[in-house]
Amino acid sequence: MPLSTMNAGPAVSAAGPAPTPTRSSATARRRSQRSGGALLIWAFALPALVVYTTFVLVPVALAAVYSFFNWNGLGALDRFIGVDNYARALQDPIFLGAMGNNFAIVGLSLAVQGPLAIGIALLLNRNLRGRALIRTLIFVPYVLSEVVAGLAFRLMLPPGGPVDSALTSLGWSGEKPLWLADPSVAFWTLFAVITWKYLGFAIILMLAGLQGVPEELSEAASIDGATWWQTQRYITLPLLGPTIRIWAFLSVIGSLQLFDMVWILTGGGPLNATETMATYMVEYGNGRSQVGYGSAVAVILFVVSLVIALVYQRFVLRRDLRGAITRG
Amino acid sequence: MNRRAARRLAAIALTGITVGALAACAPAENGTGGSGSGDEVTLTWWHNGTGEPLLGFWEDVAEEFEDANPGVNVEVTAYQNEELQRTLIPNQLRTGSGLDLYQQWGAGELAAQVEAGFVKDISEDVSEQVDALGGVVAPWQYDGATYGLPFNFGISGFWYNTELFEQAGIEDTPETLDDLYEAIEALKAANITPIAVGAGDGWPAAHYWYHFALKSCAPEVLQQAQVDYTFDDPCFLEAGELLEEFIGSEPFNDGFLATSAQQGAGSSAGQLATGAAAMELMGHWNPGVMGGILQEESGDENATPPEFLGWFNFPAIDGAQGDPTAALGGGDGFSCSAWSPPECTDLLNYITSVEVQTRFGEIGAGIPVTPGSEAGIADVNLQQVLAGLQSSTYVQLWLDTAYGPTVGGAMNEGIVSLFGGQGSPDSIVDSMRNAAATL
Repeated sequence: MPLSTMNAGPAVSAAGPAPTPTRSSATARRRSQRSGGALLIWAFALPALVVYTTFVLVPVALAAVYSFFNWNGLGALDRFIGVDNYARALQDPIFLGAMGNNFAIVGLSLAVQGPLAIGIALLLNRNLRGRALIRTLIFVPYVLSEVVAGLAFRLMLPPGGPVDSALTSLGWSGEKPLWLADPSVAFWTLFAVITWKYLGFAIILMLAGLQGVPEELSEAASIDGATWWQTQRYITLPLLGPTIRIWAFLSVIGSLQLFDMVWILTGGGPLNATETMATYMVEYGNGRSQVGYGSAVAVILFVVSLVIALVYQRFVLRRDLRGAITRG
Repeated sequence: MNRRAARRLAAIALTGITVGALAACAPAENGTGGSGSGDEVTLTWWHNGTGEPLLGFWEDVAEEFEDANPGVNVEVTAYQNEELQRTLIPNQLRTGSGLDLYQQWGAGELAAQVEAGFVKDISEDVSEQVDALGGVVAPWQYDGATYGLPFNFGISGFWYNTELFEQAGIEDTPETLDDLYEAIEALKAANITPIAVGAGDGWPAAHYWYHFALKSCAPEVLQQAQVDYTFDDPCFLEAGELLEEFIGSEPFNDGFLATSAQQGAGSSAGQLATGAAAMELMGHWNPGVMGGILQEESGDENATPPEFLGWFNFPAIDGAQGDPTAALGGGDGFSCSAWSPPECTDLLNYITSVEVQTRFGEIGAGIPVTPGSEAGIADVNLQQVLAGLQSSTYVQLWLDTAYGPTVGGAMNEGIVSLFGGQGSPDSIVDSMRNAAATL
């Protein structure tokens, strides 16, 4: 959703001003041209609108309706229970724990992946031997499907598995942590795998952003005697701002909706240590046949994501998106 | 094994050949009647037998049925178990068309489907089969009517590695819980992991609690709990205490909280199959699962379940309140959807006929239920499971199936917490009560 909103932004702004000149004129021909333009806009927008309505708006609305019922997914929707499902979710320590995990991943992603990605991107932006190869390698994890990557880690991480053997051969002779089976360790294992998976994407994004920083500025700075560090700190980073803000936005939304990797790697376990709102939703809505309750969780997840997305766009992305979605 | 009351599965062994033979004839008779309208009939059949030999077996059965019933087409498709059970079948049933014969796990889930009006009452068409099958049909019945028939039914017990037992100097298979504790100590002393458990999947760990509940609770208490979800009897707490003590003996593989039951060599079945652990408490399907894992791991399509495999019943507990000869088990069946044509019942009758059931036993995919078909069971271990089944006076259906996904899911989660050292015998019962309150 956030991606489509942003993509739609510039398109709307480009289409927006176009009809204005015709507004001043009143000739029939112009009017017909104008209505022809509107027709064209509708013709282009209609398929997307139909798809968006059918597969996004209607399901969201249906989930909202289901969430007020005690419904097992079969039979008639006839046991209205008001907001009981919501009350239950917000009182369930497991759901609150799942929500906590989501926010922990949001925070950790921003605090760890961001600086790491910027640092690596700055390094890769210099003239290095084999730079293209390194860039490709860094991007590989992101290209792998979540399921393939998740299964690979599941095969590597059991007690005495390849990872443990590798650590032993590197000189760690003692007991290894139970990477996926120890509830106090599994969350960090998960976060490490997510970081491995998504860091490449962040780096590529940052590198693309760096391409937009004019070299003249760095040249001018170095003529004025700025060191490499000063150039990065006072010129490159500020100009990379829009990219960083967009990356952070994608990262936050992705972290809130995190599902696939967790589902494959731990299934939310052990003892719910890696549960996220999305895995909780699937476990209860689907696994335990409580579709009404699962829908309530889905609505909570949707509202949390939507509020954060809107607030972020309103206050953080405001300048970056000016004219696109902040103004009509 | 469910609210339909205690029953004697020994009845399976007794007779019914005539009934079976009648059933075998049924498709031929009714098939012509079904196509009497002159139109072609297509039956859509979904099952979970994605691996051989079951996949090819059901295809053969479908073809034979088509040959015997001109004008009937059977479209048989296999889907992955969880996907089929949790997503595909509920979604398709809700559309009210398109699916005729489908995998049915029975009990709690069946009840929900029946209440929603999605399942055909086949009581009259299969009354002879029902009489012949005896108590084993109970999970496929609801409120006095029959909504499906089983084709496979077995009980849970310990699958073990005879070679590792020998290596640890264990001469007899454990008959009491104390024997089991001794065996665990002997295996540990020989540096062998005593038991593999796939607690990552939940239910394999939960089966221990089910067994202890079965040993602690009288059959009447268990049956009542299935009807009204009351878990007030102290025997449910006792089950948790017995389990807590058992977990305390630390018999399980490292990292069991993240171990899956059936996927790959690292799973609990895989650990038993590859000799990494000595025992696994599991249902009668386990040899097939292990064979599949060995096929994948070795790349040899003809790999069979390991030779060293043995089976023994869950040990008795001295002084326990429950029925000492009770067993824990479950099976697979098929139901016809409410809108399916009459041919669906014919196909179901054919599937549960002695002839097809005997062949089902021969391919080693499970334990056939129709009396007269036991002769087909070639596998020695499955014969032992069958003997265990037949000597049980009471067979309790898997508790999670019996209670349905909502209470069953909460129960399994509570039990896994106890395995992970975070729960208590009380918290298991509490989570079951809380889940029942949301029904």
